Amino acid sequence: MLLVIVRRILILIPMLVMLSMTCFAIIQLPPGDYLSTYILNLENQGLVVDEAEVARLTQRYGLGQPLHVQYLRWMRNFLAHGDLGRSFGSYGSSHSNKPVTDIIAERLPATIIISIVSTIVVWAVAIPIGIYSATHQYSLTDYVATFVGFIGLALPNFLFAIIIMWIVFAQTGHAVTGLFSLEFRHAPWSIAKAIDMLKNIWAPVLVLSTAGIAGMIRVMRANLLDELNKQYVVTARSKGLSERRLLWKYPVRIAFNPIFSTIGWLLPAIVGGEALVSIVFNLNTIGPVLLSAVLRQDMYLAGSIIMILSALTLIGTLISDLALVWLDPRIRYD
Amino acid sequence: MDEADNKGAPSHDLAPAPDADSSIEYLSRAALIRRRFWRHRLARLGIAVLLPLYFLAIFADFVAPYRADTRLKGFKDAPPSVIRFGVEANIFQPYVYARKRSFHSKTFREIYTEVEEVKYPIHFFVRGEPYSVLGLFELDIHLFGVEDGTNITLFGTDIVGRDLFSRTTIAARVSLFIGLGGVAISFVLGCLIGGISGYFGGIIDEFIQRVIDLLIAIPTLPLWMALSAAIPIKWSVTQTYFAITIVLSVVGWTGLARVVRGKLLSLRDLDFVTAARLSGGSDLYVITRHLLPNFASHLIVSLTLAIPGMILGETALSFIGLGMQEPGVSWGVLLQDTMNFGALVHQPWKLIPGFFIIVTVLMFNFVGDGLRDAADPYSL
Repeated sequence: MLLVIVRRILILIPMLVMLSMTCFAIIQLPPGDYLSTYILNLENQGLVVDEAEVARLTQRYGLGQPLHVQYLRWMRNFLAHGDLGRSFGSYGSSHSNKPVTDIIAERLPATIIISIVSTIVVWAVAIPIGIYSATHQYSLTDYVATFVGFIGLALPNFLFAIIIMWIVFAQTGHAVTGLFSLEFRHAPWSIAKAIDMLKNIWAPVLVLSTAGIAGMIRVMRANLLDELNKQYVVTARSKGLSERRLLWKYPVRIAFNPIFSTIGWLLPAIVGGEALVSIVFNLNTIGPVLLSAVLRQDMYLAGSIIMILSALTLIGTLISDLALVWLDPRIRYD
Repeated sequence: MDEADNKGAPSHDLAPAPDADSSIEYLSRAALIRRRFWRHRLARLGIAVLLPLYFLAIFADFVAPYRADTRLKGFKDAPPSVIRFGVEANIFQPYVYARKRSFHSKTFREIYTEVEEVKYPIHFFVRGEPYSVLGLFELDIHLFGVEDGTNITLFGTDIVGRDLFSRTTIAARVSLFIGLGGVAISFVLGCLIGGISGYFGGIIDEFIQRVIDLLIAIPTLPLWMALSAAIPIKWSVTQTYFAITIVLSVVGWTGLARVVRGKLLSLRDLDFVTAARLSGGSDLYVITRHLLPNFASHLIVSLTLAIPGMILGETALSFIGLGMQEPGVSWGVLLQDTMNFGALVHQPWKLIPGFFIIVTVLMFNFVGDGLRDAADPYSL
């Protein structure tokens, strides 16, 4: 067990290094370098850039030097000082030209909360329905679940979000936008604020989990159907095991495995979907920042956001892999 | 379809078919797959919907009564035209009424009322605004239209008075074909990289697999967003279109490469591959002639199921303003108008392009499911 965990963590390290290289490539991708875009941005605001500042920034990012030097400098600043570079823009607060890490740290908690809640909802809803669909194949519920599953796969996230906003607004006049109502937006955490959040968070969670639920019902149903047709199930039944015990003891446990092992694909989908849905719902998460960073070619911010999101996804995948090892002894003793 | 296959296949076969009943045994693999596919009801529905949609996209300029950027003066946010049917001089004739605009006394919102005096018949194959065909020559024949003096807007108009029906049909071209383009690029990349990975194995395989793991772990939409940041704003519609296609396939090839690699790994040590290699077949020859045909059906299924993801990807990118840019239109661009959900209460027709997206993606999933069932030798 310990060996498996150590090996998995060791694989993670080169993955993270490759990830940081990919993200650095993304930062370098747009034509023109950081500094010229930065100067252009300042000039657009009617500000003059002084020579000393330019020299300081050139030195800081290693601009003009070969790419690998720039990359190493960027990584060293991050690992040694937690510095990923600076953003052009101001996000919310008056202080412009903020460190990228500050902006991300401000927004990350809401992103993580929504992603985790959505993942839990996906599992809590999809697994029971999948089991029911498989055990009651071709029943009305099965057909309804299959139909909803197809629609869930075909309905784009953002369109679903808009339709929800539209319906809620048309019926109640309440605009489901932002995570908190106005009066709580800058208030410190309290029970009232948490209740207020629940009033708004259901919409993004509903939107985000629908696509995941649709996919997972299909996987769970197919896995369990495969298992239910196997001979050991027939044997167990012929020996007089009760249906409930029979179902939960073996086939369901085995059908869980592919679901655990594909969480590595579910997570990027939810995090990626979260970015888009947050833009529509105007949530205070990473998504809208990423969009405005990309539109402004604020690349240190954009590249760093992708790096942090992907790193979290990789770690989430690692945790789920370890859960699989714990769940399935066959892998543990491999 | 089934009949034709039954009769067609055995006649080319060396063994003569004794009678019609046993001829079923001589069906080729392709014919078997085709038969099973056509038996899949949802897949048939998918084909029946997708084919007309693609025809609509190809002949969009002809079907649309107006150009995508034509502004109908005085018809901002107009609702869909109501088509009525009547018999005029013994001919069954659809017609519309002209509409008059007034303003709500308090909100100043446009209100359109029909003037039920003059009937404007809908004519077919009428002359209208010119459009170019493949950039070669100009035509001005449109499928339908009404006489000057009024207009016909089947899906209503947008905030500057552009006909949403015309825009939706013309946008279909980008939205429907970007999936095919993206899948084509993914196909080449996936086969090539997956093939190298599976055929050679060893360190190359390990490295490629880690790269794929990494690309799968990066949340797709943020990655697409960042990559599309590199597309210069000054680029023309066509350039942007190709750039987005490439952005979409950066992620798309990974799934296919995995399929190709997995299949190659299981096949490469089989006897017939060794025999081909011993007979002096080059690597490329063995891969393309002996290995690829073995899982071609599997590839087609993966490709079909990848198309809807690409269509959704382009739509999402265009919706947030990172994909197609005006004057280029795609369904995602059209849906930008729905961002203002308050306006939707009064102008729900702006959601119509979204309906097209849902139907297209749904139908591709049906066809993909049908193909998968048909290509699976164990399902009968």
